[in-house]
Amino acid sequence: MKIHEYQAKAILTKYGVAVPRGEMAETREQAEAAAKRLFDAGASGVVIKAQIHAGGRGKGGGVKIAKSVDEAADLASKILGMTLVTHQTGPEGRVVRRLLIEETLPIEKELYLGIVIDRVEARPVFMASAAGGMEIEQVAAEKPDAIFKEYIEPGMGLEAFQARKLAFQLGLKPAQIHEAARLMTGLFRAFQETDSSLMEINPFVSCTDGRLFALDAKINFDDNALFRHSDLRDLRDITEEDPLEVEASKYSLNYIKLDGNVGCMVNGAGLAMATMDIIQYAGGMPANFLDVGGGANSEQVTHAFEILLSDKNVKAVLINIFGGILRVDTLATGVVEAAQKTHIQLPIVLRLEGTNVEAGREILKQSGLNFIVADTMKDAAEKVVAAAAA
Amino acid sequence: MSILVDKSTRVIVQGLTGREGTFHAKACAEYGTKIVGGVTPGKGGTTHEGWPIFNTVQEGVDKTGADASVIFVPPPFAADAIMEAADAELELIVCITEGIPTLDMVRAWEYLQNRRSRLIGPNCPGIISPGKCKIGIMPARIHLEGSVGIVSRSGTLTYEAVYQLTTRGIGQSTAIGIGGDPIIGTNFVDALELFNKDPQTEVVVMIGEIGGNAEETAAEYVKSRMKKPVVGFIAGQTAPPGRRMGHAGAIISGGKGTAAEKIKAMESAGIRVAKSPAEIGETVVSAIGVAAKA
Repeated sequence: MKIHEYQAKAILTKYGVAVPRGEMAETREQAEAAAKRLFDAGASGVVIKAQIHAGGRGKGGGVKIAKSVDEAADLASKILGMTLVTHQTGPEGRVVRRLLIEETLPIEKELYLGIVIDRVEARPVFMASAAGGMEIEQVAAEKPDAIFKEYIEPGMGLEAFQARKLAFQLGLKPAQIHEAARLMTGLFRAFQETDSSLMEINPFVSCTDGRLFALDAKINFDDNALFRHSDLRDLRDITEEDPLEVEASKYSLNYIKLDGNVGCMVNGAGLAMATMDIIQYAGGMPANFLDVGGGANSEQVTHAFEILLSDKNVKAVLINIFGGILRVDTLATGVVEAAQKTHIQLPIVLRLEGTNVEAGREILKQSGLNFIVADTMKDAAEKVVAAAAA
Repeated sequence: MSILVDKSTRVIVQGLTGREGTFHAKACAEYGTKIVGGVTPGKGGTTHEGWPIFNTVQEGVDKTGADASVIFVPPPFAADAIMEAADAELELIVCITEGIPTLDMVRAWEYLQNRRSRLIGPNCPGIISPGKCKIGIMPARIHLEGSVGIVSRSGTLTYEAVYQLTTRGIGQSTAIGIGGDPIIGTNFVDALELFNKDPQTEVVVMIGEIGGNAEETAAEYVKSRMKKPVVGFIAGQTAPPGRRMGHAGAIISGGKGTAAEKIKAMESAGIRVAKSPAEIGETVVSAIGVAAKA
């Protein structure tokens, strides 16, 4: 789960990580009031930052600096409501609904801090680089030696010596080392205690007066751990997500909307991806990724079907099920119920195999509905692509 | 021969009394797997479907002589169940559970180091040596005993590959689903090493997907050490970057972990990569031809 920068900074503050003074604003008036408070408190300028779940906001025109309260209000009203297009939003962009109004700082150096889980080492890795402001993937590709890493012992934290080592490697001044180490260990505690999957401070800045701040903050939470963080679940902003994906998530369905016209419903992530691949191989384009999961019941299947069909681009549907945990008869019951309920007119190609397949086929036959039955994946892909083109 | 499991494997089921645990334990037992009991804390001393239930894994091991466990415990408690099984020194732990928090798995993975247990999974269909033993949720009837080893990150795609082989009359030595999570107990290289040593296995099918670099590491192993032909497939050739495709581990992040990179590494290691998932069976047929001539 992704959250906004202002939310991430509120979390970091609880762990003693210094962030610039600032406030979230949803209207011009709120932005103006926030800017006034910052100027009154001695800020020499304020920065207006669009809050969307994507990077590259500055280049896209979503981050502006104001030298007065009036200028801040004007910029805020321009950015609010704009459709911000960045390299991470796709061409459709995102509508800006919230802003973060922050004080500007006398920045001397831009650094990078990040924490992810290293899949090979099976533990978190804390990364630091003096090449702040750049995307870390670019640094990794061009100058891998410029990224310093400390692995975290499972069950333990980022130890003070590890944090000091990173701070020295970043070239911070001796007087800054202890503060930097305190900040980094706080950052790791935040990562661990919130069950994050990614934290990035880019840039982490060193000011001319020696102070250190998280100037930007990105946090992704581990979806599988949200069951034990009800406070974090509340931070979800569904306006940042595709409406169909939001609907799917209510029923624990893995749905991702794509651009094609062949809707697909598959059980299992690998088979669902392979089904997308083979649709393209057969000359079509998948309209979505949809994994109904291992333990789906017929109600979930019905919901999955409704979600699939509410994508108006869908011209034909391929259901490819290889039942293991998900029994084919359960799936068939759901498909028949959904087809009857939605009065579906679109061609539906079914390819079913696995546990209780005979019972499943019987249910489809008894339903009297006009399904196209396919034997193999290739056969199914060819039939559905032909049906979508017809 | 086969790898990891055979007719003598004695299995205890953690989470046997749950709906999925019950359904699949019965299916495994019907296949001929020696299911010797279950573990459900608080229900020790009772029986379920004729099997004795124990409060702890250790008690189950002491009373039944189990040497393997299969876990159907819900995600919040599954990492703990893995550690309990490792503490009881079971040789093999198969964790079916999907949705375990990653930081829980970090701890369980560490706990397994320097202990004798091998973990398969989590978030996997399990392992089957056709005709001998099935520990998992795969539909048994699609399998056929034979000489092809299968290792895969995906459950249902493994079934697909098995099905394509069986319908061509080609049997399998062992099929292992290693799981779709970012942190797993047994990886491609571990499985390839076992298949390399197994006299029954003549050809290996390796099914990967986007995310991480396990396929690249496996390709290096195949290039330098593998003595048997390897057939591959990578799912997610059309997956958009930055999106988690169902599996927690299936994500292209920062331009890394794409299908194209993996296919390139595998092909350069001499792995025959099927372009379409429908061609896995045919590709094995051609690899068997090569193996027969060698």
